[in-house]
Amino acid sequence: MTKRSGNRQALLLVLAVVTLLVLAASIRFGAIDFSITQITSSLGSLLPGHPEATLDQRIFLELRLPRAVLCLLVGASLGVGGTLMQALFRNPIVEPGLVGTSTGAAFGSAVFFVLGGVFHIGVSLWSLPIAACAGGIISTYLVFMLARSREDARASIVMLLLTGLAVNALFTSGIGFLSYIARDPQARSITFWTLGTLSGASWKAVEIVTVSTAAGTLLALRYAKQLNALMIGEEEATYLGVNVNRLKWIILSVNVVIVAIATAFTGVISFVGLIVPHILRILGGADNRFLIVGSALTGATLLTLADLMARLVIRPAELPIGILTSAVGVPVFILLLRRRQYVF
Amino acid sequence: MLTATNISFRVGAKPLISDISIAFAAAKLHLIIGPNGAGKSTLVKVLARFLHPQTGKVEYQGADVHQASEAELAKRRAVLSQAIDVAFPLTVREVVMMGRYPHFAGRPGPVDESIVDQVMDHMDVTEFSQRDYQTLSGGERQRVNFARVLAQLWNDGQSKDLKACRYLFLDEPLTFLDIRHQIDFMKKIRTFADAPDIVTVGVVHDLNLAAQFADHIVLLNEGKVVANGTASEVLTTELIEKVFGVTPRFIAHDSRVHIVFN
Repeated sequence: MTKRSGNRQALLLVLAVVTLLVLAASIRFGAIDFSITQITSSLGSLLPGHPEATLDQRIFLELRLPRAVLCLLVGASLGVGGTLMQALFRNPIVEPGLVGTSTGAAFGSAVFFVLGGVFHIGVSLWSLPIAACAGGIISTYLVFMLARSREDARASIVMLLLTGLAVNALFTSGIGFLSYIARDPQARSITFWTLGTLSGASWKAVEIVTVSTAAGTLLALRYAKQLNALMIGEEEATYLGVNVNRLKWIILSVNVVIVAIATAFTGVISFVGLIVPHILRILGGADNRFLIVGSALTGATLLTLADLMARLVIRPAELPIGILTSAVGVPVFILLLRRRQYVF
Repeated sequence: MLTATNISFRVGAKPLISDISIAFAAAKLHLIIGPNGAGKSTLVKVLARFLHPQTGKVEYQGADVHQASEAELAKRRAVLSQAIDVAFPLTVREVVMMGRYPHFAGRPGPVDESIVDQVMDHMDVTEFSQRDYQTLSGGERQRVNFARVLAQLWNDGQSKDLKACRYLFLDEPLTFLDIRHQIDFMKKIRTFADAPDIVTVGVVHDLNLAAQFADHIVLLNEGKVVANGTASEVLTTELIEKVFGVTPRFIAHDSRVHIVFN
């Protein structure tokens, strides 16, 4: 254990360094590349007493930088969300995108954008995240309620995935309808909601997602030991002093909130939450204390890499990020399904 | 001392155990026997407070067990069940360390590490310490789980309440074990149960093992206690015929009586 936990700490340190390196690449390269002097002078222009920022500097400060930071936070949220869902359902093929959370959240935010535009609802900083959470809660609840069979109170994984598929389709068509009637140019693009993009990043979004990601991850870490106990079964966890029902509610809520808020600003980004915990388990085992911190870092790194590629592949135009995450995620998902070493 | 008073548990309209009143003293090994569907597992789960009985109450040293908090109870009550699957790759040592979870916040301390070493040694699983639990055989897994349960109840010398008992429940712990490990397990359970502050209640299927190791046997049938006492009081021809529907013969050999069936 001591040897292994030492390895894990070293691994987390490496992951943190990699995250920083990828972040550095992400702020440097894109539709236009910024040199290191440009980056430092842009950051310098924020200090009091410095001259007004130039156009290039403002592009860096108001577009590139918030986008890179938002990407880190969203990736971290999705990674942690995946770890929490897998721990809770004791199954490595569950992720927030598959059980309706992401699509529901995207639907909730689309409703907010469209109806907010029509009825001129008073908009505060937190109205969009609240709408997204409401959507995420409704869709996730719907999936779990419908997937539960009459005989067995626990939802079987096959039912869960099939119901998730159906509910996702329903909310996606809802998003399609809203996009069709929308006036807001952002909301009008259905690809924004269903394939995800970070092009709409702003400091306001960064502010909100920082709060949800940090609070959610810290709260999850407090329950990491209880989630570990859950790995040997609900009954055994109870005997180890875990209040299983309370744990389920807390973890499901944390998951819905962090994933829904991230989705509100980026649309649905699938499969990050599926792959990230899996990579980490191969590298350092299944201890949730390690997985939660590790999946925040790895999620941030992978999503930043994906975003970097989305910006570079067809530059100066860009791809929706969801295309890239799905292209990598779907084969992994199918591979996991086919290995069948897990109980369905 | 563990006492159950008039406990009944039913699922829907179907009673699994009805109106059981029984007491279990410390420093003794109490084994519950009975045919399939007699309510043995249900009784153990009610006694261990996993299931809440619809009527009656379970008391640990006179205190109603349903008033205690999960976290407090876990420090002095452990349950060994059969066949535990783990969904993810965990090392054997990590599984055993879970037994210490109720005793530390955050990271395990030196006392926890040392107890884990001791119980792993005691259960002969030190050699698989870093192996993935999923790759173990059924028998090896059960030994690891017994080590985990022992770690949970191990005396760490920090208990302030000297009179507080510890409670060990065993729900068919011998399933998947070969004969050598069954006997080895029973001996280890026996030794542990001899401690003056331990109340041990288990379910077994093998009547000979029950006769050999138990101080006190409870015979259950259709959710009710049919007989309750020492092996010679409970394992009689009439009761075994009535409850199990087979006719036993008793064969004396080396000062022990063995039960064979026709």
